[in-house]
Amino acid sequence: MSIKETVNTPHSPWMSAGGPESDVVVSSRVRAARNLTGLPFPHLLSDEAARRVFNSVGLAVEDKDFHHRFGHLELAEMGELTPVERQILVEKHLISPDLLENYQKKAVVLRDDEVISIMVNEEDHLRLQCILPGLQLKEAWETVNRVDDSLEQTLEYAYDEKLGYLTACPTNAGTGLRASVMLHLPGLVLINRIRDVLGSVSKLGLAVRGLYGEGTDASGNLFQVSNQVTLGQTEEDIIAALISVTGQIIASERAAREALVRERREQIDDRVGRAYGLLRYARIMPSEEAVRLLSDLRLGAVLGLLEDIPASLVTELIVAIRPAFLVKRAGKELSALARDVIRAGLIRESLEKFGNQKGN
Amino acid sequence: MNCERCQERPAVVHLTEIVNNKKRVLHLCDQCAREVQAESFGFIPQLNLHNFLAGLFSNQMASPFSPALAEGEKCPSCGLSEAQFAKSGLLGCGECYRHFGDRLDPVFRRIHGNNRHTGKVPERTGGRVKLSKEIDRLKVRLRESISREEFEEAAKIRDQIRDLEKELAGEGI
Repeated sequence: MSIKETVNTPHSPWMSAGGPESDVVVSSRVRAARNLTGLPFPHLLSDEAARRVFNSVGLAVEDKDFHHRFGHLELAEMGELTPVERQILVEKHLISPDLLENYQKKAVVLRDDEVISIMVNEEDHLRLQCILPGLQLKEAWETVNRVDDSLEQTLEYAYDEKLGYLTACPTNAGTGLRASVMLHLPGLVLINRIRDVLGSVSKLGLAVRGLYGEGTDASGNLFQVSNQVTLGQTEEDIIAALISVTGQIIASERAAREALVRERREQIDDRVGRAYGLLRYARIMPSEEAVRLLSDLRLGAVLGLLEDIPASLVTELIVAIRPAFLVKRAGKELSALARDVIRAGLIRESLEKFGNQKGN
Repeated sequence: MNCERCQERPAVVHLTEIVNNKKRVLHLCDQCAREVQAESFGFIPQLNLHNFLAGLFSNQMASPFSPALAEGEKCPSCGLSEAQFAKSGLLGCGECYRHFGDRLDPVFRRIHGNNRHTGKVPERTGGRVKLSKEIDRLKVRLRESISREEFEEAAKIRDQIRDLEKELAGEGI
């Protein structure tokens, strides 16, 4: 497996595992920003200096000890990838769209399983990232921490005793840590409690974002919660605070789902059944509709209303139906209609493999 | 309704974000929504934050205590000017933190409610490791300058090494 293969498969190996609390928590991610001492931050780097950063990072991940501890990580310069391949890395959340600008100066380091990755010369020289399925923030931080320790054997970081790790943007200085969870909250959306819950979360110094909408007109019901403060708290405190708030959201979401099944069973069955029907048989599927229906399908899967359809398949489909993947699959540029047709086909095929809906 | 971002395609996605209890609703087309969504994943969207930061910093610049020059002060190491920072919200290098230190302090307090790091300390900064590494590096440079017959330079490096070695010995352990 190589980066070229990574961009050819919508499936991220970590997705199939599910992970703890995966009925609500899709994934946990921890990112640490680091910069090399003695060089300007990426936005001021010359081509030549940018290459020096590539070389330093390349050297660090090829180090015998590093290799022994974390396995093989491959460095790919953004310039070596095609535009579609670069876009796919964004759709898989392995790199940020920032890495697409001035891409000649940027690179990505990736392990096969996509659990560990490093963005090189994004806003900071290095952004170490670990992404795991379900609620595994502690594990993700521990991995990032160990990778960081190992890299430090080779790399010398810009660090200040008072301010900690120095980053291009002062909002990341200190720990350089951004921890986040992606949550699927269809229950809270359906019972109209989402605003209250997310509102109180944002009062606790955490940032909440609806990924595809919110409230009654929500489509994906996917939300990301992350820490905002990076300075003045330890990494462990930041992670613990996020875990605790996530725990409360999980409890509210589960309570909402239970209430729905108890009090509105027919409506839920109907909703899930309709989603299944449309996804299974539609021939033209715009992406917004697909995301909305897949959210309903995922709810059905985790509630056990659908037999044989694992929630992980639905999560995978949410990535697989993105435009760049469809273009890659087709091997050519596509019109909007052609994309919708291919998207519908892809979803049909995936669902066909997994038996029929229970009930009736 | 047309997409707020590209003003071209119809808005089909309604994205709501709540940051620090401030709600913002964006009406976007499918394509822009995807772009915005991708941006939103991971670090906080930079554009907004940068503008916010720039605001904090330029308020200070306009204060009567520091009559702002057109460019403002520049970092001696990377050449980044205050004006550039106020515009982009990005510092230029690690030295900027030292150089603009006093000015940044209120910025940290506003963003983080704090101005002192209490988290991870890199092993290297543990002092001794760093010093001995620096000494090793200077020794290499010393050999090089001797072989190039740059004796004045070599003498300077030798003195630096001596100072660092004293410092290292002084730390005890």
